[in-house]
Amino acid sequence: MKIKSVNDFVIKFANVNGSGSASANQMFAKGVFRSGIPVSPKNIFPSNIQGLPTWFEVRVNEKGYLGRREGIDLFVAMNPQSYQKDVEELKAGGYLIYDSSWKRDFGREDINILEIPLTKLCVQEFTNPKQRLLFKNLGYVGLLASILEMDKDIYISLIEEQFKGKEKLIEPNVKALNIGYNYAEENFKDYCDIKVNKSNKTDGLILTSGNDAAGLGCVYGGATVCAWYPITPSTSLAESYSKYSEKMRVEIGTEKNKFAFIQAEDELAAMGMTIGANWNGARAFTATSGPGVSLMSEFIGLAYFAEVPTVLFNVQRGGPSTGMPTRTQQSDILCSAYASHGDTKHILLIPSDPKECFDFAVEAFDLADRLQTPVIVLLDLDLGMNDWSTKEFEWDDNNQYDRGKVLSKEDLDVIEKFGRYLDVDGDGIPYRTYPGTHPEKGAYFTRGTSHDEYAGYTEDGVKNAEMLTRLVKKFQTASSLVPSPVFNQEKNTSSMGIIYFGSTDCSMQEALDVLDEQNLNIDAMRIRAFPFNLEVWEFIEDHDLLFIVEQNRDGQMRTLIMAEGGIIPDKLVSILCFDGQPITAEHITNKINAHISGKPALVAS
Amino acid sequence: MTYIVKPKNHHPLLEKNELGLTRRDYEGAVSTLCAGCGHDSISSAIVEACFQLSIESYKVAKLSGIGCSSKAPAYFLNQSHGFNSVHGRMPSIATGAAMANHELLYLGISGDGDSASIGIGQFIHCARRQLNMTYIVENNGTYGLTKGQFSATNDLESKSKYGDDNLFPSIDLPSMAIQLGASFVARSFSGDKEQLVPLLKAALSHKGFSFLDIISPCVTFNNHNTSTKSYDYIREHNDALSRPDFVPSGKEILTDYPKGSTVDVPLHDGSLLSLEKISENYDPADKIKAIQNIQESQRDGKVLTGLLYVDPEAKDLKEILNVSDKPLNEMDLNDLCPGSEKLKDINSGLK
Repeated sequence: MKIKSVNDFVIKFANVNGSGSASANQMFAKGVFRSGIPVSPKNIFPSNIQGLPTWFEVRVNEKGYLGRREGIDLFVAMNPQSYQKDVEELKAGGYLIYDSSWKRDFGREDINILEIPLTKLCVQEFTNPKQRLLFKNLGYVGLLASILEMDKDIYISLIEEQFKGKEKLIEPNVKALNIGYNYAEENFKDYCDIKVNKSNKTDGLILTSGNDAAGLGCVYGGATVCAWYPITPSTSLAESYSKYSEKMRVEIGTEKNKFAFIQAEDELAAMGMTIGANWNGARAFTATSGPGVSLMSEFIGLAYFAEVPTVLFNVQRGGPSTGMPTRTQQSDILCSAYASHGDTKHILLIPSDPKECFDFAVEAFDLADRLQTPVIVLLDLDLGMNDWSTKEFEWDDNNQYDRGKVLSKEDLDVIEKFGRYLDVDGDGIPYRTYPGTHPEKGAYFTRGTSHDEYAGYTEDGVKNAEMLTRLVKKFQTASSLVPSPVFNQEKNTSSMGIIYFGSTDCSMQEALDVLDEQNLNIDAMRIRAFPFNLEVWEFIEDHDLLFIVEQNRDGQMRTLIMAEGGIIPDKLVSILCFDGQPITAEHITNKINAHISGKPALVAS
Repeated sequence: MTYIVKPKNHHPLLEKNELGLTRRDYEGAVSTLCAGCGHDSISSAIVEACFQLSIESYKVAKLSGIGCSSKAPAYFLNQSHGFNSVHGRMPSIATGAAMANHELLYLGISGDGDSASIGIGQFIHCARRQLNMTYIVENNGTYGLTKGQFSATNDLESKSKYGDDNLFPSIDLPSMAIQLGASFVARSFSGDKEQLVPLLKAALSHKGFSFLDIISPCVTFNNHNTSTKSYDYIREHNDALSRPDFVPSGKEILTDYPKGSTVDVPLHDGSLLSLEKISENYDPADKIKAIQNIQESQRDGKVLTGLLYVDPEAKDLKEILNVSDKPLNEMDLNDLCPGSEKLKDINSGLK
């Protein structure tokens, strides 16, 4: 038996980490994308530099379903350490490609095995030991291009682009590609029934990661200071900002930088620098993950209470503690929403794909400046580090930055008495001044201690309570400014609803289609921000039963909804996934079906 | 941070500086520190230095952490923006602020708890990054606000007010600062205005990380006769390397030190720090000798004061990071946003 499919399959690569496989696997995915079929490559890697098993999964789907899907159709097994487990994952009728320089019996009769002696072929063709090892990767890419009947020229141009400026490397890379391609043409012609046929479903799409997009969004959003500390999976976000800034933010003539990129000594300092720069009127941000948020919490409270704009990207990973640094979760909802001691709450923006990461990065700076408070953009490892087929970035050249309520020298000239924390407009948002603006007016003390409307220290409890109450009012103002939820239906027609957010979106779209095919009519809403705005509460009000789909153990979004809206717990059913793998559509539909048919869906897989 | 506002009436005959301002214009709120606190003397030395340098207060950002020392910025430079941050984290706030606008003068006030314990990491990296700021540690060897615990700069032999032994050796911040790459390092004493004011003026004029460790006795918790940070002890053991005189840019050198007995340090802004040598071995440009001097004086039970080390040519963080001369906080969308055409190119590169 052979699996038969066109433009709809999952391929998985098993490699040894540090062997250069990720870029070859990436190239395979990009080749499919260039053939016009949406792909979702996912790098499943260990927290290690060299020698441990690593996997790379690519879902190819012409309909555009890009969530993870269980069951592997094609397996490129290049790591004997993980052969046994890898082969188990292969569906019956699937195809196994392995390096037959050392032959192996896999003990499965129900799969199709494609043997290619890659090591032997590379040893024959290359003399450099490093190349012999590295080029095995391109060898299997060539083989795949042949058996899937893809256009080989796509890969040749990808190689040419990758080595632009290092032309000497093009020839050996193309040679490596051909080793696999030619071997397959000779040995496996018409063997495989999975095919890639050219399509046009990637028109208007790009292939990029959420971290790359968010870093670029920071450049477009006018961020000039990035202070950060390396931590997986957020590192590539800061590096993206640096990469794009070096390309597009250097003064012509002086060659000086219109940005400052500072690798701090730890997350505490990274946050302090971000707050200091924002206080002084620059747009500044930091990027981190869960452990970093824990360390930054004291400072986040300062920015909240002293009302300093701050932008923080939290690319969530598996917790608690050091947890699973290279696996994905959405388990920092509560620690982000309520970061720091005392009564604090923070604005959260939750993008669902790289395009939205770009847009929300830009918006985060406007909201932080407008509301003078921390804005936390919540990504997760799957969204941040993996490439997604996402809509093209857009920018309207008529856009303006909203710097919020900042008083200029001229404004101060006509003000009798400046009060940093006076609620002049009744929206809970006071006016601020940058240091160095006016010789006589506008200076004040920024402090984390209790203060009055004029920023003076006070131990008057009533005054302090007034300040805390005004911050609640400001948060209410925020709820009308943050992005509204996205609804999957124009009008609610069901008594049941699904609430979901972030990277779950791609699997949810597929799950909703499946539920629809099963004649299960359920409304759905994707939350994009906290505080929840009116539309979120209306949706909850409108439904008797709500499934809340989250990639964490404790149903943190559910808790947040209950806490903030006083919603009865019985009405909110958790659908959870927290095994570090992105949630699948099948998982969602199974849990929903189980609940509806009377089996509780509380426990995750 | 408690404070009492001062009345604004000035005596018409008060001395005025080049900006037409009096010393009163550089003051802050009335201090609520204990009567006789060394920190208040430092505040008045800062007022004096800024007055003499004719600094525009509103072009200064004064930053601090937590503790008695960190309350001090409320007591000078009323027209400056202040930032009283969290414990031990002033350096990172200062770093971000200075990156946003390099044109202001950054004055950080910290204490020995704030810098030598909870904030030692930030102190180290701030010095290492050569941030252009003046960083003052008001060093009294004790935690005042929490009532007299030892701090990490308290000398091993220095007992507490209640007779408790100090169990651990002290951290010497100036030696650390020199090793870390600070380009201006001095130690002084809050009770020695003649030395402190010119050192402050030079520190404020120096481009780069200026560090001043100022011994500032705590009258309430660390001024007893078994303390090595008391007024009496410092007066007795003060071992001054040199007598500093600060000569502003374009001014004539009026010091009457005998020829050959001075070391002149021209600073980046055109001013000059003229130092009359007291110690024979004195060469503030020599890093190794500076550390040796500190250690020798420690061995001999003395407190070495004066300018310990200076490198007037050192690069600062802004130069190291090659940041634009136009302050980043003055840049607008036209300076910063690459626009839609560039984005189209980026999109096509991601296909």
